[in-house]
Amino acid sequence: MSGVNISVDAKAPDAKQEWVPILDAQDVTIRYGTAPAIKNVSLTVPQNQITAIIGPSGCGKSTLLRQFNRMNDFIRDANMDGHILYHGVDIYGSGVDPVEVRRRIGMVFQKPNPFPKTIFKNISWGPVINGYKGDLQELVESSLKRAALWDEVKDRLHDSALALSGGQQQRLCIARALALQPEVILMDEPASALDPVSTARIEDLLFELKEKYTIVIVTHNMQQAARVSAYTAFLDMGKLIEFGDTNQVFTRPREKRTEDYVSGRFG
Amino acid sequence: MSADSILRPPENLRRRRVKAAVFRGVTMALTWFCLVLLAVLLVHATRQGLPWLDSQFLSDFPSRFPERAGIKSALYGTLWLISLTACFSIPVGVAAAIYLEEYASRTRLNTLIDVAIANLAGVPSIVYGILGLAIFVRWMSLGRSVVAGALTMTLLILPIIIIASREALRAVPDSIRRAAFALGATRWQTVRHHVMPQALPGILTGAVLALSRAIGETAPLIMIGALTYVAFVPDGPMDAFTALPIQIFNWVSRPQAEFHELAAAGIIVLLTVLLLMNATAVFIRHRSQRKILK
Repeated sequence: MSGVNISVDAKAPDAKQEWVPILDAQDVTIRYGTAPAIKNVSLTVPQNQITAIIGPSGCGKSTLLRQFNRMNDFIRDANMDGHILYHGVDIYGSGVDPVEVRRRIGMVFQKPNPFPKTIFKNISWGPVINGYKGDLQELVESSLKRAALWDEVKDRLHDSALALSGGQQQRLCIARALALQPEVILMDEPASALDPVSTARIEDLLFELKEKYTIVIVTHNMQQAARVSAYTAFLDMGKLIEFGDTNQVFTRPREKRTEDYVSGRFG
Repeated sequence: MSADSILRPPENLRRRRVKAAVFRGVTMALTWFCLVLLAVLLVHATRQGLPWLDSQFLSDFPSRFPERAGIKSALYGTLWLISLTACFSIPVGVAAAIYLEEYASRTRLNTLIDVAIANLAGVPSIVYGILGLAIFVRWMSLGRSVVAGALTMTLLILPIIIIASREALRAVPDSIRRAAFALGATRWQTVRHHVMPQALPGILTGAVLALSRAIGETAPLIMIGALTYVAFVPDGPMDAFTALPIQIFNWVSRPQAEFHELAAAGIIVLLTVLLLMNATAVFIRHRSQRKILK
């Protein structure tokens, strides 16, 4: 249970007082066609914390995550009831441009997906198309440093990003998201395609990032959720079963279903 | 039990082996049949045409005296025709493919457009000739000009370019699009910077295949009245013209054997132009594939 102890340390008692909501899902139902994937979920994501969404395969956790930065807009037949507020503003409201939503709420995907371009261009492209006027060199360097990748790639910034290892590629994708200076970063099982060493590096990175960013991470790895997150939401069959601070969810779950899942009885 | 008896193939496996060998033999024989047929045609054309193929043949206009006859007007006509056709068909075809693949939603109208495009690719070329005659030559009063021919050819190959380009766009992994969108890119920025560069080699291949078809087409050109006897080179898109396949057709249909040999020489010229086009496409594709990484 050492993993759980880490998360207790990470979440000092005063964390409660810093609870500032940044994303707020209100009674959200998401359907593909007519089949609901998420049913009446209400969930508040606190600022500058790591919130984990766990649950068995097919429970809708990735669907819910994609709804937070309107990536479900690209899925045919996906539709939503309810509201998702970002700093109190409905991101699905009229007059909200989804492109701006995605610039502020970044995303890292399950499989590393660097562009088939140089490392430098992978980082600089997002800021450039969004009209960044500052020093690109500096931005690339600081983004790579924040993603703990700088030392490994500083001598080959103009080589192809595809030559990097899987773990490096995923940190590059994180650096790419950071370069836009988003407030929130959504991560969809960012370590599931990586080996244990690369996974550990990504998890270390998450701890550092939460100082400046709000992170929502979807994972089906319960140990990972227990290690890195301050709050955990447990989804099952599209329903939010339990949401609370990670320590409580893993050690004293209120719901029987949660207890069965975190103790490995199903899922 | 000895190893010999354990590993002896059962009757069933022996039969499967025979079937496999027969199938392999049949496919190989058919492949060779096609290649040999092509080789015979090429050798025949080369033997007949090569003696006539000299600089005079390339720089002279057609004549009723075989020894003075050349292919200049047809060669220039074809180059004009293909260049203009490329200018018209590639931008329109690629734009249509991008719209259908990246922007259009799955409405009933768009499904109808999909089916229509696939069907248009199978329409006989003479039908496009009639259409070209009615619309470009007569109604738009372009006359029997290169531009009317190029527009007709554009109609003919547009479906092929659209279908090939859509395939190329579809082959670009969605993860790249998602990565771009998640960085706050618009649809156009995503297409322009990531999808297009990756689809370009496939699009080029499709475009060259389509243009290769256009270069050999005769029927629609005869229909819109590309002249068979032209003693001048087109100066501009509004000039009358002839093209290589028409000149070849014309020579073949004459009784004298010398003209048949001239036709063979014309075929060699046509094939050379085709090969050069393909080589250019391979070159551009190679370069763009290297550039993707940069």
